[in-house]
Amino acid sequence: MSGRLPRPLVVPAVLGLVFLVLPLAGLLIRAPWSTLPARLAEPQVLQALRLSLVTATVATAICLLLGVPLAWLLARTAFPGRRLLRALVTVPLVLPPVVGGVALLLVLGRRGLVGSWLDQTFGVTLPFTTAGVVIAEAFVAMPFLVISVEGALRGADRRFEEAAATLGASRWTVFRRVTLPLITPGVLAGAVLCWARALGEFGATITFAGNFPGTTQTMPLAVYLALETEPEAAVVLSLVLLAVSVIILASLRERWVGGA
Amino acid sequence: MSRRLLRWALALPVLLALVPGCGAGEPGAASTASAPAAGGNAQKLTVFAAASLTGAFTELGKTFKDAHPGVTVEFNFGSSATLAQQIVQGAPADVFAAASPATMKTVTDAALAGAPATFARNKLQIAVPAGNPAEVGELEDLADAKVKVALCAAQVPCGAAAVKALEAAGLKVTPVTLEQDVKATLTKVELGEVDAALVYATDVIASGGKVTGIDFPEADQAINDYPIAALTGAPAGSTARQFVDLVLSARGKDVLTRAGFQVP
Repeated sequence: MSGRLPRPLVVPAVLGLVFLVLPLAGLLIRAPWSTLPARLAEPQVLQALRLSLVTATVATAICLLLGVPLAWLLARTAFPGRRLLRALVTVPLVLPPVVGGVALLLVLGRRGLVGSWLDQTFGVTLPFTTAGVVIAEAFVAMPFLVISVEGALRGADRRFEEAAATLGASRWTVFRRVTLPLITPGVLAGAVLCWARALGEFGATITFAGNFPGTTQTMPLAVYLALETEPEAAVVLSLVLLAVSVIILASLRERWVGGA
Repeated sequence: MSRRLLRWALALPVLLALVPGCGAGEPGAASTASAPAAGGNAQKLTVFAAASLTGAFTELGKTFKDAHPGVTVEFNFGSSATLAQQIVQGAPADVFAAASPATMKTVTDAALAGAPATFARNKLQIAVPAGNPAEVGELEDLADAKVKVALCAAQVPCGAAAVKALEAAGLKVTPVTLEQDVKATLTKVELGEVDAALVYATDVIASGGKVTGIDFPEADQAINDYPIAALTGAPAGSTARQFVDLVLSARGKDVLTRAGFQVP
């Protein structure tokens, strides 16, 4: 490191860090450590944790599958109304999640626009199922992925793609062999954000998928309900969720970015 | 140029803070009871009340304001358990009206309220969507596997009442969801996502005809008492007691009865 650290950057940076970390410290201080092992052993806790991890991961996979092409469309093509479309992508970010959940019910619910057709044709209803949890999480988390990937695409040097194209590669090949490797850090960052958002999702999930242990009760839902009667249990559950997500994200980051 | 702009940006919050009524929140929210306003002592009364009281208490709040000029009444409606937690954590409330004695106990155990008085009772009903597609007629129908049922989670008052009523009937019901509060449960019925739910009679009335309520005899085993108390540290002082008196008065009983409550 050369020279003195610039104060105008360091002071707000430290303040920002304290602001973000202090609430976590509050949780750690108030945590009833003595009852922690007993709480962890409760089958409902592990069930909720497993459900959270599985649904957040599946939701992230769906977001990657649909979100990366969508980001490509927004960044690499020109068509009328693209600005409006980009604004619409951020709707789930702005919408209060509970409203998002109601919106999902109105479309995919048993009496919803698409949901009633699904019910009559295939006998499939999505609310109150684990698939419903995945849908709610993907709905809320996808914008994080799309925005990250679109930013990465805009920042990527297009001359590599052009060079590949002049050498005869098709657009699909260019995307697969040149663009995707170029934007990998952006995609990974987006996937991490997306996964974290899906893991913490509460409002849309409880509204669209409901709350039932084993099928739709994820950790945030368990935390919320524990808060009603046992605030201490809620603190423990939150810490478990935090610890697991931090461990997973930290270890994955090492593997992907080589311990940056 | 940009430095001057920055200086202004930094000074702006300070300037705003100096202008009365320009702080965060609604006008008057930041000012305290000690600030004398033109035409009398401006005072604020903050009432924390269970979500199911929204309609009745909003009306009583207007009555109270008319009888006490210069007093503004602010409500914080929400889940009783959450409100109790907020009060215990130091939220500046004057009156607490809870949907269950257990949630009131959280506050009285912390010595934050005097002896509470029961001012209303709420009874469960079976709520079914318009048209009653599953043809639910009595509590037993909820045990049918083909009937999708929503209940409140056992941690919240309406869920505890539902458990009691079902136990009294000796029924085993497997719901598709255990909702976080009674309004969320009602929403599932209104949207037709479930065929039936157990909610309070007051919620059925508040839904304005979007759901139909069916009485059932076992509901008598699971009646919810609503306690109210003025808080000991009430910033509004004796005004808090006056609001409690209004709720317990004949006028209060009238408003509560119209909202579907039973009054003692």
